[in-house]
Amino acid sequence: MIFIVSFLVIVMLISAIAASIFKDLMNAVIASCLVSLIAAILFYLLQAPDVAMAEAAIGAALVTAVFVIAISRTKRYEE
Amino acid sequence: MNFLNSYIYYIGAFGLIFIGLYIVLVKRNLIKVIIGLSILDTGINLFLISIGYISKGTAPIFEKVEAKLARMVDPVPQALVLTAIVIGVAVLALALSLAIRLYHHYDTLNLRKIKDQRW
Amino acid sequence: MRKIISLILIGVVAIGIALAVVNIPFGTPKTKVGNYYINKGREETGAANIVTSVVVNYRGFDTLGEVTVLFIAAVGLSAVLVTRKKKIERKIEPSSLVLNTGCRFLFPLILFFGAYIFIHGHLTPGGGFQGGAIIASAFLLIYLGCRGRRISETRTRAAESLSGLVFVVVGLIGLAIGGHYFLSNFLPKGILFYLFSAGIIPIIYIAIGFKVGSELAGIIDRLMEESE
Repeated sequence: MIFIVSFLVIVMLISAIAASIFKDLMNAVIASCLVSLIAAILFYLLQAPDVAMAEAAIGAALVTAVFVIAISRTKRYEE
Repeated sequence: MNFLNSYIYYIGAFGLIFIGLYIVLVKRNLIKVIIGLSILDTGINLFLISIGYISKGTAPIFEKVEAKLARMVDPVPQALVLTAIVIGVAVLALALSLAIRLYHHYDTLNLRKIKDQRW
Repeated sequence: MRKIISLILIGVVAIGIALAVVNIPFGTPKTKVGNYYINKGREETGAANIVTSVVVNYRGFDTLGEVTVLFIAAVGLSAVLVTRKKKIERKIEPSSLVLNTGCRFLFPLILFFGAYIFIHGHLTPGGGFQGGAIIASAFLLIYLGCRGRRISETRTRAAESLSGLVFVVVGLIGLAIGGHYFLSNFLPKGILFYLFSAGIIPIIYIAIGFKVGSELAGIIDRLMEESE
């Protein structure tokens, strides 16, 4: 059990670091969507199903969609 | 192993907070700064929920069968985080609309160049 | 230079926080008000989901504040984004038949699922905010799958305003009759685990579900319309 949680936390931190390193903004947005999904799993393991549902529906679907629409109206590559 | 069992959630939450803070302080592109803001928000919500956890507790929802007499975790931080997630998405939408408007006006999203320009 | 200074600052803050967090043991009960809500929640509100009874009944005024913040964000977004004077005509190729039919088939199913989640908010995990986000995802699917279709903006705004009005009116009725404070639970509690129980909690969650769903759908519609 503790190994599953450690593995998930390590993947979450690696993808958060990747979101700061990528130059292509679409890749950074997808990395932040992965952070949100793993946070939803950790919310469920902390016995909070309401919060897990809210984070999965709002953080992983709607925030990513709003980011992708905003990036397609402005520049795509960070200079 | 005992140390890891006690503090793994705190390490994850504070790792996210510090990475988000680093992105907000250092990066130049405005949309990258807003992505860092979203990561910071997720880290703070994770920390709040992990404060309210009780060992060997269950979710605070009653069932029809009164099975076991286990403790329930604290319901108050979950209500606070529910509000905080929705407010986070509202702030993010407004910030992105301001970023789009700024791009239409200045034709760049580099914060150093926007700061140097006059009206 | 900027990177080095910010890394040193974050390092100093991290050491301070690590020294403070060591004194917070993980997994021990910390507050006493949570115990009161768990012990007395079932008989005072009649809801089986304690988080729902905290959000709507015990701390209902904070939920009203949050709905207001969401409304201000939606209005601010509509005010900041202006459509440009000349429209750049881009040719939108229509989507294929399989994609079109699939999205139109899935759309009412997702709406039903979202409505199920916010109607049963006091019995199972879920509630108004989760159901509203799922309804907004259904509208996002229509935008992505069938290109060129738009939802009518007046109906979205009307649904959002009416739902907010229902919330405030129910609170004011609780002020007039019942327990004489704002958002008091004046309807009968009913039997536990039934659908029509727990006083005003299902009514408020249905209003919040409609409001959040139509608001987030309106935000996405405004962002996509500004581009084309």
